[in-house]
Amino acid sequence: MTMRRLINLKRAEARKIYLTYAVVIVAYIVCQVMSSTKFLSSSMRGMLVPICAYMVMAVSLNLVVGILGELSLGHAGFMSVGAFSGVATAILLQGVIPFAPVRLAIAMIVAAIFAAFAGFIIGIPVLRLKGDYLAIVTLAFGEIIKSILNNFYMGIDSQGIQMSMLSDTTRLLPGGKLIIRGPMGISGIQKIATFPAGAILLIIALMIVFNLVNSRSGRAFMAIRDDRIAAESIGLDITKYKMMAFVMSAALAGAAGALFAMNYSTIVANKFDFNTSILILVFVVLGGQGNMLGGIIAAAVLTILPEKLRSFSEYRMLLYAIVLIVMMLATNNAEIKEFLSRLNPFRRKEA
Amino acid sequence: MTFLNFFISGISLGSIYAIIALGYTMVYGIAKMLNFAHGDVIMVGAYVCFYAVARYELNPFLGVVIAMIVCTILGMIVERLAYKPLRQAPSLAVLITAIGMSYFLQNTALLLWSSNPKVFPSIVGRGAFKLFDGELSISHITALTIIACLVIMAVLTLFISKTKMGKAMRACSEDKGAAQLMGINVNATISMTFAIGSGLAAVAGALLCSAYPTLMPTTGSLPGIKAFTAAVFGGIGSIPGAFLGGLMLGVIEIFAKAYISSQLSDAVVFGVLIVVLLVKPAGLLGKMTQEKV
Repeated sequence: MTMRRLINLKRAEARKIYLTYAVVIVAYIVCQVMSSTKFLSSSMRGMLVPICAYMVMAVSLNLVVGILGELSLGHAGFMSVGAFSGVATAILLQGVIPFAPVRLAIAMIVAAIFAAFAGFIIGIPVLRLKGDYLAIVTLAFGEIIKSILNNFYMGIDSQGIQMSMLSDTTRLLPGGKLIIRGPMGISGIQKIATFPAGAILLIIALMIVFNLVNSRSGRAFMAIRDDRIAAESIGLDITKYKMMAFVMSAALAGAAGALFAMNYSTIVANKFDFNTSILILVFVVLGGQGNMLGGIIAAAVLTILPEKLRSFSEYRMLLYAIVLIVMMLATNNAEIKEFLSRLNPFRRKEA
Repeated sequence: MTFLNFFISGISLGSIYAIIALGYTMVYGIAKMLNFAHGDVIMVGAYVCFYAVARYELNPFLGVVIAMIVCTILGMIVERLAYKPLRQAPSLAVLITAIGMSYFLQNTALLLWSSNPKVFPSIVGRGAFKLFDGELSISHITALTIIACLVIMAVLTLFISKTKMGKAMRACSEDKGAAQLMGINVNATISMTFAIGSGLAAVAGALLCSAYPTLMPTTGSLPGIKAFTAAVFGGIGSIPGAFLGGLMLGVIEIFAKAYISSQLSDAVVFGVLIVVLLVKPAGLLGKMTQEKV
């Protein structure tokens, strides 16, 4: 009996994963067809890449919040590390690699490496803490990354890459080019991020996360989430697994940041502030913690919603706030929950 | 002497953080939630005070009292509508609701009062005390802020330790179930905590905008985050901790601005927070809770 139950559970899990891939691929095809037949308005077309980036962010934060069970309030920090390092790489490679998709791919990989490194450095102190203290330290790191990038200058000339902090003392030789200009960020970015690239990144992110979650490490993450002490007592190395999830999540956020940045001509560090971190957290919570598909859908809906509410002009952010509060109240209301579970066809019969 | 000047402005800024942090820490202690809308209650308080003083030309202190009353009621309404239904919900849901509430207050303020910055009139004028032949100058608002913080701290400590309501609050923060069995009205106690925290936020708003006189719908969010940091710094849930954390954060911020770099001051403040939490994971005066299996 138990064995069968386990197999059924495994099947349900697999079904959920295939459903997620299927939804993503169908949504991609529909959007692609709609945009090539001019069915989508130009403002909606412009949002396709940011939506993909936010979806990847939601998947990556879900790994930390939903699977590992730690609250992170500074995820936008990794996104900005990825955005700046990725864009800088793309600019440096402009003359070397003429084919844009390859340049984009390399930029995203470099962005992921930089963000993973940042995640590792930050993870060392952060993962020693617990609960709300861990959350506030991730918030603090997000703010620190923003402050540093706001005061960071980097340029290139014939002698190589020059960097400076606080003010522009790079002293570039004639013919050199200042790439990162402190609070002005990076401007003159070639918009090489495309919707197919975003969709591919999302699929890769999903594959990485699903494989990780359904591996030995993934089960360890969930054991730590459900009961840290019990997990420790059966010999799981808590720090190692937490670090693994944290670094992987940071790397994906970095790649998403590079994708996001290369959809705009200018990017500044202030774009990736506390509010952005919260925005992504809202995707994860509304989509359901640990539920990748839910997070992806929430990311799409909550990015399109403010745009669709534009006809309400000044009331739109107010409506957004009300929607947020009402949704949280509704999803945590016992009667509504009961009602929704009756609608769910996949509901398990026995308790 | 410049050192002393910086120190005093640090203490003054820190006093404002401390008053705000008290609201965070009391709510956290009792409801175990991070009330991210607290920073926006500060902003509402400052606007009410602004309109009372600048438009209706009331006495500034009367203006502060009106702001306190409005914010107290606001805090209780917010708690009743948004947080009370989520008492049993996972903490992350409450956090998101609090953030939603913060957006709601900010955008309501935007509609009511527009995004144009208002110049806040100082509630005690712009004069200053000159000491040591004018080498040390303490503006009236600085002095008032420090005194207000000390008074609030003293009154609050007495309230928590001596009155019946204070005892109920301590009992609720210790164990809600047991408190209820002892006949304490837990809901009323939590509501009271929000009321006090929001009233204090109004005072903080008036003081903050007297010292830094630009008032916008987003005025409250950064001081809110800083005060939240201060509360964690001192050990969240602890009232003396909020006081200490607030003062230290203010002093560190002003010194970082003066001696390191004004652009990097926020990074320094948060850096110090991280170092403190590494040495004392529950903050300076926080209690370490032992986990039991």
